[in-house]
Amino acid sequence: MSDKVLMKGNEAIAEAAIIAGCRHYFGYPITPQTEIAAYMAKRMPKIGGCFLQAESEIAAINMVYGVASTGKRVMTSSSSPGISLKGEGLSYLAGADLPSLVINVQRGGPGLGGIQPSQSDYFQATRAGGHGDFRMIVLAPASVQEMAELTVKGFDLADKYRMTTMILADGTMGQMMEPVALDELKVGAPIEKPWATVGTKMEREHNIVNSLFLDPAALEKTNFERYDRYKTIEENEVLYEEYLMEDAEICVVAFGIAARVSKNAIDEARKQGIKVGMIRPITLWPFPVAPFKKAAEHCKAFISVELSMGQMIEDVRLATECKAPVTLCNRVGGMIPSPEQVLASICEAAKTNGGAN
Amino acid sequence: MVVFDKPHALTDAPMHYCPGCTHGIVHRLVAEAIDELGIEGKTIGVAPVGCSVMAYNYFACDMIEAAHGRAPAVATGVKRADPENHIVFTYQGDGDLASIGMAETVHAAARNENITVIFINNAIYGMTGGQMAPTSLPGQVTQTSPYGRDTNHCGFPIKVCELLSELDGPEYLTRVTVNNPKNIRVAKAAIKKAFQNQIDGKGFSLVEVLSSCPTNWGMTPQKALQWIDEKMIPYYPLGVYKDRSAAKEETK
Repeated sequence: MSDKVLMKGNEAIAEAAIIAGCRHYFGYPITPQTEIAAYMAKRMPKIGGCFLQAESEIAAINMVYGVASTGKRVMTSSSSPGISLKGEGLSYLAGADLPSLVINVQRGGPGLGGIQPSQSDYFQATRAGGHGDFRMIVLAPASVQEMAELTVKGFDLADKYRMTTMILADGTMGQMMEPVALDELKVGAPIEKPWATVGTKMEREHNIVNSLFLDPAALEKTNFERYDRYKTIEENEVLYEEYLMEDAEICVVAFGIAARVSKNAIDEARKQGIKVGMIRPITLWPFPVAPFKKAAEHCKAFISVELSMGQMIEDVRLATECKAPVTLCNRVGGMIPSPEQVLASICEAAKTNGGAN
Repeated sequence: MVVFDKPHALTDAPMHYCPGCTHGIVHRLVAEAIDELGIEGKTIGVAPVGCSVMAYNYFACDMIEAAHGRAPAVATGVKRADPENHIVFTYQGDGDLASIGMAETVHAAARNENITVIFINNAIYGMTGGQMAPTSLPGQVTQTSPYGRDTNHCGFPIKVCELLSELDGPEYLTRVTVNNPKNIRVAKAAIKKAFQNQIDGKGFSLVEVLSSCPTNWGMTPQKALQWIDEKMIPYYPLGVYKDRSAAKEETK
């Protein structure tokens, strides 16, 4: 049996990163994720690692770029407004095919927004982390244990595919405390990085880490090659959880804290005889299309429960090919939908679409 | 007998710089310093955005292309990844270092980050075709200051060595130029010292090199070299602005 420790989600991410072999962290203070920096500041000097508080989010992501260029595991963390500042760096990391782990503990927006939980950076994470054609692997934890597990997995995926993995958490996940089994974390085998800029040792031609291609044909080639790699990821790395979906006529879709709330509502609806289940995407990109294709064959309605004005709902509509109506159940600005609100949406969908007994 | 040869730390790639541009000279000086110190195999260079954006093709050591202005932050990461075994330099222009990347520059200096910074000050944005730089002189005509830089409207040039010398952090700050053989020899010594400081673990060393841009200044190469003497040096005096180790020696 594993030893469980009580940790905040943010601390679990930090410790899991260290377990994954990350010895370099760069960050800039911003609520609600600063515990990650504080944890790293304490731990890194004791294990021969490097914690450095950067002068800005922009500097932090570029320090990440520097360490990533040398092939070492490296991470930064921030919250929504800070992630916007990192957008430039995320694009360069993608263009130079560098692995890194970036944590976004989301808060309400736009602008300075608030400091309470949100999921309104879904579009930014899954579509437009920065300029240009690129993707990030986006992982959405729904427990403190998953905060730890997905951090380790995030590093492994980043190395395997030479790209950024983003953990898209929210203020609730970052701040809440739950028991975590750190000794259950499994770190993948190290991957060779012959492309790393660590000095030629006068034994090889120089390596160049670069995202500039003035020849359009050459640039096009890098884009196509990158998207071939993304296709492999879409085929092999999709993660999701299904809850009571076998006989479901109504399908709730939610990730992170919204999934936790929705589970309670689903249990209550089941007691009332409504055949409702849930698909919880764990990879937001690649989005789990297959379970939705299957669900669209027997579900009469989908409900996207989000802490945003309706962002994931677009992926749900795409994945279900609009075969059934998709409605939105949401709160924003740092508010969280209550189980009662989600239950009301389920009941409404059952009434409208005949999902009730 | 070979009396003059290309430094080993330069590749054979033809450089794209304009006729009369002094980037080529400074590249050579950096490469000579790397050769003489025997550090090519452990050196990692960080190229900027600007005219020297493709410096990664010209230096034979491992190279990284950074986002505009972010080279000191990238270099910080590279250095901290393996402080014992990485020699790291950035090569940046005035727009890169003193405008969009000023925060990264100041903070790397304040941390006394153990890196070497080669700073090309030619008082103009070259790659984009000659716009006003943070170091363009008062009255200087550029594409975006067509009536001359009006200091009432867009402020004054930034004197990087003077500004950084107020910080307690940096080890070595010096301003040189490469507009004649004598000045080139001084510049070479400064660049070599800036690398030697890093090898010795002394910290942040920045060499500001007043450089020419005949194309965008609208001058012949020869006139451009004179312009450095006549216009740039009076505003940007040459010399050592900070040398902490030398100062310590003196107080002993």
